[in-house]
Amino acid sequence: MLTFLAKRLIQLVPTLFFVSVLIFSLQQLLPGDPALTIAGEDRDPAVIEQIRRQYHLDQPLPVQYLHWVGGVLHGDLGESMRIKQSVSALVAEKLPVTIQLALMAMAFSITIGLTAGVVAAVFKDTVWDYLANVFALWGRSTPSFWLGIMLIFFFSVQLGWLPASGYVRPSEDFWGSIAATIMPAFVLGNVGAAVLMRHTRSAMLDALHSDYVRTARAKGLLERTVVLKHAMRNALTPVITLGALELGELLSGAVLTEQIFSIPGFGKLIVDAVFNRDYAVVQGVVLVTATVYIALNLIADILYVLVNPRLRT
Amino acid sequence: MAEAAYDDALIGARAHDAVDSPARRALRRLLRRKGALFGLAVIVLFILLAVLAPLVSPYDPTAQSWTSVRKAPSALHWFGTDDVGRDVLARIIYGARASLLAGLVSVSIALTIGVPLGMVAGYFGGFIDALLSRITDAMLACPFLILAIALASFLGPSLRNAMIAIGITVTPIFVRLTRGQVMTVKVEDYVEAARVLGNPRWRIAVVHILPNILPALLVQASLSIAAAIIAEASLSFLGLGQQPPAPSWGSMLNSAQRFLTSAPWMAVWPGLAIFLTVMSFNLLGDGLRDALDPREN
Repeated sequence: MLTFLAKRLIQLVPTLFFVSVLIFSLQQLLPGDPALTIAGEDRDPAVIEQIRRQYHLDQPLPVQYLHWVGGVLHGDLGESMRIKQSVSALVAEKLPVTIQLALMAMAFSITIGLTAGVVAAVFKDTVWDYLANVFALWGRSTPSFWLGIMLIFFFSVQLGWLPASGYVRPSEDFWGSIAATIMPAFVLGNVGAAVLMRHTRSAMLDALHSDYVRTARAKGLLERTVVLKHAMRNALTPVITLGALELGELLSGAVLTEQIFSIPGFGKLIVDAVFNRDYAVVQGVVLVTATVYIALNLIADILYVLVNPRLRT
Repeated sequence: MAEAAYDDALIGARAHDAVDSPARRALRRLLRRKGALFGLAVIVLFILLAVLAPLVSPYDPTAQSWTSVRKAPSALHWFGTDDVGRDVLARIIYGARASLLAGLVSVSIALTIGVPLGMVAGYFGGFIDALLSRITDAMLACPFLILAIALASFLGPSLRNAMIAIGITVTPIFVRLTRGQVMTVKVEDYVEAARVLGNPRWRIAVVHILPNILPALLVQASLSIAAAIIAEASLSFLGLGQQPPAPSWGSMLNSAQRFLTSAPWMAVWPGLAIFLTVMSFNLLGDGLRDALDPREN
């Protein structure tokens, strides 16, 4: 296990290097002189010169990269041009909000996706299977921002049951926080539920046709025991890894969901940064998201090995 | 006489071969799938609407009318009007152009860059494969929409830049898929035979390997078009895609958000249009995957 972990960690080094090069290169896509773009409407030559020095823009590209990556390795992701606050502090402030949303969305994905997947496999080619497949197609094809707008229309505008936007911390008002995040969490978890349903159905179908399930049935066990204890336990192995990867996808999906529901999280941070041309924040958010995504990939691999003892050798 | 009978038998055998060719078998299987056919029909309908927009659109999609602001659907305006009195149906019809164009162009960009790179990585292996694979890993490590938003924001907001951003973001998927497919195909006997016969590498890659990996690329392309259409709508929704007053389904939803109480139809139609188009490409992609799977009967 330790050898496996060491190998996977070593493999991460080149990936992280290329991720950092990719994100650093984004700045080179800015049309014209980056210092002028960063300065915005302030055309004072002294200010522009100071920006050039501050961001090492007067030095060759490899040197600029080394300065930037050196800062990143020390936890310095740069400074927001608009609110003059360090990007690391902004990320640390906004990330917990998005993590709360992502975990709630994950709970929706797992509950709906797993249940629908197991039911579809057990009742294959029946109306339940058909309905579960329609649900999966719906989840994959519905734009999250449209679903969000429609939910606001029904549950906030028409029925007045839930707040249309805003965020309350769980520490301030737990139920208020749940009410504010339940719709965005459902919107965010909808796609994940569809993906999990398809994989669970496929894994359950494989498991239900395997020899050990046939043996369990031959022993005269109840069908419920065969499905829940024998088939499902094995079918869940690939689904666990998929779940970890889905959590990474949720960070990406949060961009639109937080925008629609005005939730001051990680996703809204990047959108606001884009509108304010606050490029250091955009780079910082992409870097943190990619790092979290890579870490979740690693966790998924480790979980896969942990639940599958044959892979440990 | 005997020669003519022989020719007839040969022609008959060839015709039989043609009927049973893998492409025809796949087409027959695809035509049996109602979902895929439905998807194809909707896609064709939207393409026709986009191409014939000036002929079928009831109004100019950018024409504002202060006397018909936020009018509910009626005989005059089937889908209602928006906050500046523009006909929503006309904007949906013209908006199909932006969405379909974004889907097709961005996936074409990804195919043009990704397939050759994947072929080089898979065919040559070694250092070039390791380098391309690590770059692909790095790009895939950045979540799709976040990378597209970052690229679009640095390139500047426009439909063209959104298509480039989505195209670049989709590219690593095709690099990885092509590489894997090439690695499987290149060890087949017929590729080895072509090599022994002295064919140059480029010819083996283009004539012998590429046609055999096309089915997998076709399936991925149709699923990626669905993802690209959602991505374009998302970027336009955020103001990073099609710029006003040009119509786009994503930007229509953005304006609709502010008038949910007084004009909910402004949000219903563009969302339904995105949903129908994306679902159709997903259905077609699923149908193609099943039809092109050799294990299927």
